[in-house]
Amino acid sequence: MRSTTGWLGWRAARYVLFGLGLLLAGSGVSHAQLRLDITEGVRDAVPIAIVPFDGQAEGGSNDIAMVVAGDLRLSGRFAPLDRKDMVARPATGSEIRFQDWRLLKSDYIVVGRVVTERGVTSVAFELFNVQTGEALLAETVPVPGQSMRAAAHRIADLVFERLTGIPGAFSTRIAYVSVEGTPPSRRYRLVVSDADGFNARNVTESSEPIMSPAWSPDGQDLAYVSFESRTSAIYVQRLATGERRRVSARAGINGAPAFSPDGRRLAITLSRDGNLDIYILDLATQALTRVTSDEAIDTEAAWSPDGKSIYFTSDRAGNAQVYRVDLATAKEAERVTFTNGYNARPRVSPNGEELAMVTLDRGGYRIGVMDLKSRTLRVLTDGQQDESPSFAPNGATVIFASESRGNGDLALVSSDGRYQERLRSDSGDVREPAWSPYPVR
Amino acid sequence: MKFTHFLAVAFLALGLAACTKPKQTKPAEPPATAETGGAATSGVGEAATGSKPLTAQQQALAALRTKNIVYFDYNSSEIPQEYLAVVTANAAYLVKYPTARLRLEGNTDERGSREYNIGLGERRAQTVRRAMLAKGVAEGQMTTVSYGEERPAVPGNDEAAYDQNRRVEFVYAQ
Repeated sequence: MRSTTGWLGWRAARYVLFGLGLLLAGSGVSHAQLRLDITEGVRDAVPIAIVPFDGQAEGGSNDIAMVVAGDLRLSGRFAPLDRKDMVARPATGSEIRFQDWRLLKSDYIVVGRVVTERGVTSVAFELFNVQTGEALLAETVPVPGQSMRAAAHRIADLVFERLTGIPGAFSTRIAYVSVEGTPPSRRYRLVVSDADGFNARNVTESSEPIMSPAWSPDGQDLAYVSFESRTSAIYVQRLATGERRRVSARAGINGAPAFSPDGRRLAITLSRDGNLDIYILDLATQALTRVTSDEAIDTEAAWSPDGKSIYFTSDRAGNAQVYRVDLATAKEAERVTFTNGYNARPRVSPNGEELAMVTLDRGGYRIGVMDLKSRTLRVLTDGQQDESPSFAPNGATVIFASESRGNGDLALVSSDGRYQERLRSDSGDVREPAWSPYPVR
Repeated sequence: MKFTHFLAVAFLALGLAACTKPKQTKPAEPPATAETGGAATSGVGEAATGSKPLTAQQQALAALRTKNIVYFDYNSSEIPQEYLAVVTANAAYLVKYPTARLRLEGNTDERGSREYNIGLGERRAQTVRRAMLAKGVAEGQMTTVSYGEERPAVPGNDEAAYDQNRRVEFVYAQ
């Protein structure tokens, strides 16, 4: 696997949002200003100082403090102190002069150092409350596979969890599809990168479309749709080895794969005479079970975390809406969405309490999150062409694809909608992000 | 710096707002950039290449060159009146040449979710297929595929681009 697309950089979406706000309002700066406040949300981000770690050169892609700060900033909940404002470089708790950091208005401070003992390198770090001087965390993390970045992501996970009560999801990965060029030299690539966009690697590529990447629950395999044989087929590929198998290439459509929570089955969409329905494919036995049998388009299956029901898109009522079918009773599917004229591509949050989807909101396709208990739908984004939402495994953030000015980018929104950030690719369009589960430890 | 950036974006937003003109008429000719499928099969145009004089079948195929796309309305899989002639012409060719093989490629514009659009593209391809069957084409002469929004004929995010991307292409195997 060779390295490919990396992010040009993280860029705040505020200008784009502001512009679209103008578009939606027709005119009127005050309306746009309000949108900017709602979506920016960084105002109350917690200031934190991540001091450069002792024992390594500053700058470069392996700079641990830089990676930790980037992760925390990306979460939208923290505002890391600019390095050039740091007056000292303490490496341990005893070296910290808390009054200095209080003047710099940091609420918390992280210090650390790279340690090599008997040929084994690890990273020790400490987290302190700047106001009280209280030690909140002191741990040593290994450096898996010589990767300082992986160690840094682990540190960010621990700091995030200690300060928010939510496990960090910085040690995870994302899969996405990148498209470059124009016909006849258009290339579709399936890419996997770290959650911060680094370490992008090609999983597969083709001159024909690649779609719908889906992670296995253990994070070892990706299922996806490829048109490389000029019709759609579903493949399951082992990331570590690149080994793959074609699991469905039936006549008609083979689409929208989704692993069951136990990893043994794949919900897929198949068609007979053009009628799309959802089926469950047993990956070991190849046995196929039909789930829906409506004459409408039924597709985009998403499993509930308990594996007992499937949410899906159907236009059986005339336009696309989200439905739920109970697999045990196999009763008639229940309609879940009623507001807005178009709701599609559901994804269930890791705790099973929310549903992210694409919703047609005031003329734009946007990301909405529905509370499954109250059945209320909140629209989180402001784009015209936002799609493919995918929850981070900690449920705190949703990654999605957002097209603006003819460019397909990825973007992040906190699941409360308060913070949004755009991820731009340095080449071509990127789309269909799928956030990996937590790594198996 | 940031201000100029903002201006550019705001300008773009206003430009988009100004673009709410009535829908354009669909292109009468297939767009020049229309794809004819992958490497293994080529479009109708290639029948005309080569040094030998054209056979009657090759001539008939070449005549279909300007009649190989049906365009659709937004979120619709109904064949618009003005494209029934495309169906009739292609059906006549397939009835006359029973060994000819046609692939119907359904496509959508980019709006909405991708897999749902695969369904919509398939529905369009199937509508055309059924219309062809009704005109006497044998079932075994046709296959369908849906690319949804994955293979746009033209780039762009405006109605003009969308109009050209909602289509079924008629692709003949050589």
